[in-house]
Amino acid sequence: MAKALVDLIKQKFPADVLETHSQRGDETVVVYAARWKDVARFLRDEPRADMSMLTDLTAVDFPDRSPRFEVVAHFYSLAKGHRLRLKARVGDSDGGNAEIETLSDLWASANWAERECWDMFGVRFAGHPDLRRILLYPEFEGHPLRKDYPAERIQPLVPYREVPDTDKIPPFRSDEGMSFGRQTHAQRPSDDDDLN
Amino acid sequence: MGALKEDESQILQSGQGEGFFTTKFSDLLAWSQKYSLFMYPFVTACCGMEFMAVSSPRYDFSRFGSEAPRFSPRQSDLLWVVGTIVQRQAPILRRIYEQMAEPKWVLAFGTCASCGGFYDNYACVAGLDKIIPCDIYVPGCPPRPEAVLDGLLLLQDKIARRDHTPAIVKPRSDPREDQSLGLVQLKRSRPSTPAV
Repeated sequence: MAKALVDLIKQKFPADVLETHSQRGDETVVVYAARWKDVARFLRDEPRADMSMLTDLTAVDFPDRSPRFEVVAHFYSLAKGHRLRLKARVGDSDGGNAEIETLSDLWASANWAERECWDMFGVRFAGHPDLRRILLYPEFEGHPLRKDYPAERIQPLVPYREVPDTDKIPPFRSDEGMSFGRQTHAQRPSDDDDLN
Repeated sequence: MGALKEDESQILQSGQGEGFFTTKFSDLLAWSQKYSLFMYPFVTACCGMEFMAVSSPRYDFSRFGSEAPRFSPRQSDLLWVVGTIVQRQAPILRRIYEQMAEPKWVLAFGTCASCGGFYDNYACVAGLDKIIPCDIYVPGCPPRPEAVLDGLLLLQDKIARRDHTPAIVKPRSDPREDQSLGLVQLKRSRPSTPAV
């Protein structure tokens, strides 16, 4: 059903569709970032598409590709019951210059989704009315879901306590707990003997 | 008993007059403190469901004098930290701890509050003891209500000893494998339905 939508977009924007694919009933259209908003507006206003709902908007980081980020929007038509996924690729390989037009004046739900996308990936949305961090705190540096954000880097708001050497028993023995996690507690073999 | 004066030992031996016992004032104070732990529940995550189970009639930790929740830190003695602490909440948690009047105790409820659990990432604090001192760690994801009651009783022992060394509720053995308990696993029988 939604394949007709793909043909509709190809018909309307023949020079701007980068690629399309469909798998198990999920249709995806990749367009040039410059026409991102035009295609989205067409999907909302065209009666055959009638995309009244923006379900989600996020991004994916591909650190090896040259337009590094893929901005993904999921549309749903409440009246017709069909879905479409729209993608656009932005950003240099160093993560800079990642900017795309906002959809927040077309769908109100794009407002917070774009703020989250900025917070996590650092993709700027031009024309967004209030592009602040939404989940993390303003003091946070960087964008944690980028692949080049160090996995162990934390940015505490309060300084961690300096505890010289309490007699605390470590929470887990080396053979207990979650083996897949990084071991942040120093192992003290003498304490292991105390736990039976 | 040898240190007692002669008239005191005579009173003790005679068994007459009003009943009395001797103790230190600090012990009496600790005894009363351990049975009147007004609690401040700092509930942030899914462990809160288990916290409700412990406080509701089936397990009912009010049996141990830990009944009254006080949603003002100034009126509470025991801070229950139930759930994951993210970096953004850390200043709030420390402020609540600092607002509590002495004497005060802290209980880490569950793996996330104790050591961060598997939330080993940019957003989470790996254990509340990075922020505030903690008295009891109850492991589990979430902990069984029995483990929580065990932790509460352990804390009462610590209060009676006037001891602030961090302690942990040790993982228990499986009661079905403990031969000394003599537990027998019962087969569930289906009640026979009368013929219609």
